[in-house]
Amino acid sequence: MALSEQSAVSELGAAAGVQAAPAQREIIYRHTVVVRVTHWINVLCLTLLLMSGLKLFNVHPALYWGNYGYRGAPTFLAIDGMIDPETGQPVGLTRIGDHIFDTTGILGVTYDSDGRPRRGAFPVGVTLGADLALARDWHFLMAWALVINGAVYLLFGLFSGHFRRDLAPAGEQLRPRHILSDIWNHVRLRRPRGEAAKRYNVLQKFTYLAVIFVLLPGMVLTGLTMSPAVTAVFPFLFDLFGGRQSARTIHFLSANLLVIFVLVHVIEVALSGVVNLMRSMITGRYVIKPERTS
Amino acid sequence: MSGNIITRRGLLAAGAATVGSTLLTGCDPLFEGQSMRPLLDFGQWMSLRAHRLLLAAQPLVREYTLADISPDFPPNGTEMPDGTLYFEFMISQFANWRLKVDGLVRKELSLSLDEIKNLPARTQVTQHSCDEGWSAIGQWTGVPLGYLLQMAQLAPEARYIVFHCLDEMTEGEFYYESVDLFDAFHPQTILAYGMNGNTLPVQHGAPLRLRVERQIGYKNAKYVTRIEAVDRLNPIGGGKGGFWEDRGYQWYAGL
Repeated sequence: MALSEQSAVSELGAAAGVQAAPAQREIIYRHTVVVRVTHWINVLCLTLLLMSGLKLFNVHPALYWGNYGYRGAPTFLAIDGMIDPETGQPVGLTRIGDHIFDTTGILGVTYDSDGRPRRGAFPVGVTLGADLALARDWHFLMAWALVINGAVYLLFGLFSGHFRRDLAPAGEQLRPRHILSDIWNHVRLRRPRGEAAKRYNVLQKFTYLAVIFVLLPGMVLTGLTMSPAVTAVFPFLFDLFGGRQSARTIHFLSANLLVIFVLVHVIEVALSGVVNLMRSMITGRYVIKPERTS
Repeated sequence: MSGNIITRRGLLAAGAATVGSTLLTGCDPLFEGQSMRPLLDFGQWMSLRAHRLLLAAQPLVREYTLADISPDFPPNGTEMPDGTLYFEFMISQFANWRLKVDGLVRKELSLSLDEIKNLPARTQVTQHSCDEGWSAIGQWTGVPLGYLLQMAQLAPEARYIVFHCLDEMTEGEFYYESVDLFDAFHPQTILAYGMNGNTLPVQHGAPLRLRVERQIGYKNAKYVTRIEAVDRLNPIGGGKGGFWEDRGYQWYAGL
């Protein structure tokens, strides 16, 4: 983000001879090649991990807490499809704790393009892997890709100064007043311009830091806790997450948080200028809109 | 939820149906088909190599106390083998049943259940993890596999230990599994005849089942009747080292 490249482009207004100070349209080099490449590899990894992970969940669509959990044990969350005894119609049910929700059509029972009901926690359209064996293969392959890609990114971020320069909140960004005004700007969907657009805003920084240093490492560690070979070497993983089934539950919930992050991320991109942001993540170049004059 | 979660056998049929419909619609050939097989196999190889590196010192899996044993331990796969042979074994309390140890050994063994119970025993309370996602904790008592293999004087060219089972899965095809010597000689790899302080129940693989604690559910073969030492796996069954492996499941199942 520091490497900026000046490119003064005359505004339409100035060309038309309107009496206004010609605004500067500046292009900065926002993302280094390592950030761009690891970002898109991450998109591929997370997509395939999510889809194969939903397939893995579908095989046993229930979550537990503690060391053990199986058919008949108390569930933390369960999704299933069954036939409603009163109507004879298929019904999809999602149970969270003691609350049961009718999720027919979305979870538990979904309908294919011909309108036929299909039983399964998550719809087949969003899962990857025709069977459990293939879903496992994809999930573990992409987990390797995610870990290697993540390691490259973390090492780069640490040694290139990317974390310090771009992600660590600056002193004045941490002042409550600044944080509140940033929240207010987000509520009003007001995008930063000019100098302020050259760095991430503080909410953005907090979010990226949480995803990079908490959520993704948590996904990897809870995933490893499900491996009986890995926990033979690192049994403290059981203690860290409260048991194998707790780790599986946290893995699932963290995956949900990641999905929410990606949704917000994509919506923010859509609101802030798809072309500009996509270009910055592909070529690195990002256009800074001039400050508002009024 | 009871009884509503897809069983492994149901999954097999469902999987076959999905593969069929995928072929018909032609969707997702990249991810659902075999074109990416070498890459997926590479992923499996990475996991095996990484785990073997981590497990080089042969650590034990965590052992729990009796108080940690789960209230239930759902049986998976076969719950009682079909056929008159197993039925006769069962009603005679396995008095006529024998375990054979053969293949690449210098001294073939044929042991009765009582003879096995008189060998040095190990008791361990461990967690059983199924690839479907559930887990349970149980106590197992049995003879270490390594002890049996030493009794049989394993030949130096032996590389894998194959477990032949009494449960017929499809016409003429019996359940089988295999491990390599790294897992075979691990102290917690035992052939169990006792569970939770009692005789191993039929639904859990009576009279004898494998416990290979660092791998998941389907590696822990039930109803073991013959142990064969081999130098390679391809001449046996479908050639992939196990009943589920022959159907696309991972031979190394430590994850």
